[in-house]
Amino acid sequence: MNQTIQIALIPLLPLAGFVLLSFFGKKYFGKNSGLIGTAFLLASFILSLFTAYKYFSASVDGHYSSAIALKYTWLVFSDKLSIDMGLYLDSISMMMIVVVTLVSLMVHIYSLGYMKGEERFSAYYANLGLFTFSMLGLVLSSNIFQIYFFWELVGVSSYLLIGFYYDKPSAVAASKKAFIVTRFADLGFLIGILILSYSAGSLDFNTMIHNLTSPESSELKTAVSTTFLSVSAVTWGGLLVFMGGAGKSAMFPLHIWLPDAMEGPTPVSALIHAATMVVAGVYLVARLFPIFSLTTPIVLEVVSWVGAVSAIIAAIIACTQTDIKRVLAYSTMSQIGFMMFALGVSKYGGEAGLGFTASMFHLFTHALFKALLFLGAGAVIHYVHSNEIKDMGGLRKSMPITHITFLIACLAIAGFPFLAGFFSKEEILLAAYHNSPAIYWIALFTSALTAFYMFRLYFSIFWNKEHTTHEKHHGEGPFVMMLPLIILAVGAIFAGYIPFGKYVSADGAPLASHFKISFSILPVALGLSGIAIAWIMYKKQNGLSDKVAASFNGFYKTAYNKFYIDEIYLFITKKIIFNLIGKPAAWFDKNIVDGIMNFTGNTTEWVSEKIKIVQSGKVQQYAIYFLVAAVVIAAAFIYILK
Amino acid sequence: MMTPGLEHILFISFALFFIGIYGFFTRRNLITMLMSIELILNSVNLNFIAFNKYVWPDKMDGLFFTLFVIAIAAAEAAVAIAIIINLYRTHRSIDVENTEDMKF
Repeated sequence: MNQTIQIALIPLLPLAGFVLLSFFGKKYFGKNSGLIGTAFLLASFILSLFTAYKYFSASVDGHYSSAIALKYTWLVFSDKLSIDMGLYLDSISMMMIVVVTLVSLMVHIYSLGYMKGEERFSAYYANLGLFTFSMLGLVLSSNIFQIYFFWELVGVSSYLLIGFYYDKPSAVAASKKAFIVTRFADLGFLIGILILSYSAGSLDFNTMIHNLTSPESSELKTAVSTTFLSVSAVTWGGLLVFMGGAGKSAMFPLHIWLPDAMEGPTPVSALIHAATMVVAGVYLVARLFPIFSLTTPIVLEVVSWVGAVSAIIAAIIACTQTDIKRVLAYSTMSQIGFMMFALGVSKYGGEAGLGFTASMFHLFTHALFKALLFLGAGAVIHYVHSNEIKDMGGLRKSMPITHITFLIACLAIAGFPFLAGFFSKEEILLAAYHNSPAIYWIALFTSALTAFYMFRLYFSIFWNKEHTTHEKHHGEGPFVMMLPLIILAVGAIFAGYIPFGKYVSADGAPLASHFKISFSILPVALGLSGIAIAWIMYKKQNGLSDKVAASFNGFYKTAYNKFYIDEIYLFITKKIIFNLIGKPAAWFDKNIVDGIMNFTGNTTEWVSEKIKIVQSGKVQQYAIYFLVAAVVIAAAFIYILK
Repeated sequence: MMTPGLEHILFISFALFFIGIYGFFTRRNLITMLMSIELILNSVNLNFIAFNKYVWPDKMDGLFFTLFVIAIAAAEAAVAIAIIINLYRTHRSIDVENTEDMKF
């Protein structure tokens, strides 16, 4: 098979599934819709594995170069500026297609059991197909405008899937919130795209990166010397593009939509809000990484601090939440913070580029174990019919497979030695240690907190009190729900042994593994102590956790209420924007704009009321008016104007 | 024998015009009023021809204008007669007083 067609089929197969299921799903396929969607995804997954294998086995001296497999010019504006649709192959896009199709396939299989009997079963699979298509299109984009296209498409499909249970008001509110918050961030993204592409004179990634990084290019000189508020144009462009990325990746302070997005079905949370869509921001920063690191180091500084602050805030909030999906949501936000600041502390190329590799590595491993955590949580929710921790406990005997796989995922995310998360997190910490000590300490504390809240969750679900209320009314779940858990658990154990630096690095050159036992002692010790504290507080039902919460009283309440960030947003939007901008604008609209319109209307009506008697219906009277007027005008022409 | 000059023709046209005006304002029958309008139009035509012949004999503009006026007068007569027929159908009369209910 032709290679271009083969790569193009990777995103197009899920699209075909979407079209087929959304037009004919309910009527013709019914219960088989799930199988059809899964079949399309399986084909796409096999193709992407094959493509990635071919890409990674064809290196030149260990270097991987990027290639554009397909370029179709869509809109031409000038001889330099055109919008293309293309397929861009490089090591990070190859890694991403494998991650996206793998997790999506797992979610497709899992949903066969989880969503069974739903009334809108085929619509669900259609939307999953749409999302997978958009996400694959996003990672394979060859120019920044194409990425924006697919960026909005993933936003829409996320909106559709969060609001899947649209008869639930909270789901509707959550989907609207997610859409509006990310749209607000995307406004910055769009302006950033316009600034960057205007400065670079191209929308194409390769040309743009070349024009904005090579020191002799004239575009770069103009872009750096053009300033606004004493910040150069290219920096503004980078900051605004990052704003889009931060919105999609739920970075502080644009993270408020992510916890609410958990209203969607749990497999959707695993796919979109844990493994794939929310890392789109990280992917975007990685995609434009040469520009950020060579031309605008200020942007990278912002990226690293936003990432670090998000990581620690989310970890603190996660310790206090009682809804298991919300804990996982904040955990996701925290881990994405890790990826962000890893990119932020990285330099371009060579040994100092470790952060880039570490970030992509963590993205990869995180996708596996976080998807596993969400799917495990889905199985638990499926079993107890509740999201609240207090309804769970002692489930280890009734749900053995879920228990073991969940434990593996918790160990992996906590950085327990020799599981996937351990290797990637160590690399991130090492990169931070060399480049920014302040961020290193934040990260260290955060990873201890990560271990704590993950094991708080684990012990509360599977140990703690013995469960009595749930009789053996149904088993753990069907085979299709257990299979993805097992596959992902295998991934969460072994993914760390992939020599990632060999394949993915900022400049394409291979990077040796930096694993050092001496460096790992401190993070591992902190992680283990986090686990130990969670063991003491949550393994048996004792009052200890309440006592600890009480001793941190004020702080605990603040963290429980998510640092009141939602309330601050509400205050800003309702009190400040509505009262200070919305109300005057409404007044202006009602009184001035409408006033002008009503004035012209009323005046016309009044005048016509007055002069309507002229239209008397007497034809000869009209003729007299006409004659008199003609005589007057003729006289005026003859005697006055001459 | 005396050939008619411009003044003679203008006199005829002048007379024709005011006969038309008089007829238009004094008659109550719509057909008669229509005929008066035709008189007015033809007085104008006469003017055009006369000025063309006596003032710019080497040009044809007046002739063309006259042809236009004749064509438009024919169209106007057709429309006017259609209106009159409709008025007759509704009012059983073609007196101009009947049109007075066509007002604001």
